[in-house]
Amino acid sequence: MYPEEFQYTKDHEWIRVDGETGTIGITDHAQKELGDIVYVELPKSGDAVTAAETFGTVESVKAVSEIYSPVTGEVTAVNGKLQDHPELLNTDPHAAAWLIRVKLSDPGEVQKLMSAEEYEAYIQEAESH
Amino acid sequence: MPTPAGVGPKRTALHAVHKAVGARMTEFGGWDMPIEYAGITQEHLAVRTSAGLFDVSHMGEITVRGPEALPFLQSITSNDVSRLSIHQAQYSALMYPEGSAVDDCVVHRMGEDDYFICVNAANTDKDFDWLTKHNSLGAELKNVSSQYSQLALQGPRAAAILSKVTGVDLAAIRTYWFRPADCCGVNGILARTGYTGEDGFEFYFSPEHSEHVWNALLEAGKDGGLQPVGLGARNTLRLEAGYALYGHELDENTTLLEANLGWICKLDKGEFLGRAALLKQREEGLRKKLVGFEMAEPGIARDGYPVWVDGEKAGYVTSGSPAPFLKKNIGLAYVPPAAAQPGHEIMIEIRQRKVRARQVILPFYRRPK
Repeated sequence: MYPEEFQYTKDHEWIRVDGETGTIGITDHAQKELGDIVYVELPKSGDAVTAAETFGTVESVKAVSEIYSPVTGEVTAVNGKLQDHPELLNTDPHAAAWLIRVKLSDPGEVQKLMSAEEYEAYIQEAESH
Repeated sequence: MPTPAGVGPKRTALHAVHKAVGARMTEFGGWDMPIEYAGITQEHLAVRTSAGLFDVSHMGEITVRGPEALPFLQSITSNDVSRLSIHQAQYSALMYPEGSAVDDCVVHRMGEDDYFICVNAANTDKDFDWLTKHNSLGAELKNVSSQYSQLALQGPRAAAILSKVTGVDLAAIRTYWFRPADCCGVNGILARTGYTGEDGFEFYFSPEHSEHVWNALLEAGKDGGLQPVGLGARNTLRLEAGYALYGHELDENTTLLEANLGWICKLDKGEFLGRAALLKQREEGLRKKLVGFEMAEPGIARDGYPVWVDGEKAGYVTSGSPAPFLKKNIGLAYVPPAAAQPGHEIMIEIRQRKVRARQVILPFYRRPK
């Protein structure tokens, strides 16, 4: 369910790192919690993002949810498809519905995030409460 | 339904049934309720195009009986109870002296001196205390909430589905009328009422039959597209229909006139709690007025967001959401009365940004006749 090659945050974002670039999205757990996603607000290319700080917003019919960046860096690409098709976040959160790509300032930050196995344990723990 | 002993939110008799089908649960008004099953959008569209079944057993029920029941209800509710025939219901409000609502409610006249009031879950205890405190006439008051489950069957196919499980001539029950009825082999109160903007029914009955009635209705409607609907879609449906929700459009600081509910204020029926304040406000003018709006730019208004009029922060959103059937982002807001005008623009502050919205005539949605 949760790709091994991603790292995960406690706020339910994922990041896939290729060299100096990270691709960031929200997890399947996050989209399930939100329900039908209808609106996405993202930064622009060139904007700075900071680890553990909000960089965008995802809204479902019933709720508004801030998205937190797993890493610090500069936005190099934004997934333009989500503007017209926010529902992709419900159907394909780990692939087609990536949010932004970031040039990492400090690749070491990724080591502080959770592995797929740790993240699955984390959400199971959260669901049992 | 009595809740198991212990702490935490209350549970309806169908709680385990909702959990078993994977409903997402949330606390609402002190109850652990299903917010969605298949998804809010899909459930919302089912109610607009075929039918939906709602467990609304969290709603409270209060009976008022005896020779003093009518004068007592006349003294504490805003609508004119004397106009009700037996087996007729009316939308009304329990009143504060300030002209605001303790709660909004539906008053059913069961018999000569016998009334059954459906109230909001979160307000049930407050309502019962308020009624008790003002019952100097000595009407017979009972909080019977634990004796009733309530299911709502709503949508254009509701009557056709219901006709499969009851012998009652449904065509003879007009909107806002009801009758004691057998549905799915269970006796209860069958009312042609609802909170979705569609035709539909609400059935009040003894909680021990809940699972049987729920399953029998779903079975009767399975070929007609009936599906269970949670409180998420109940909220978007009522918003499209322009209905007030207590705690949002209505509260103790808002008069019924400000909330566009002048039509349930029968100021000529005689004295009642809040009447003087409403008369005074009718003379002196409103402090704020409820308006409907559609977003004119990308952005979703949400409850509590500030509203700007002519460059000043002048109001607030009471309910805001995407409207799944209308496919627009809509909302209700209080603005200064002078600014309340369909067609006029207001700005909604969304995350420190002002986004354009246009006032529209309410309701947003009216079902086709």
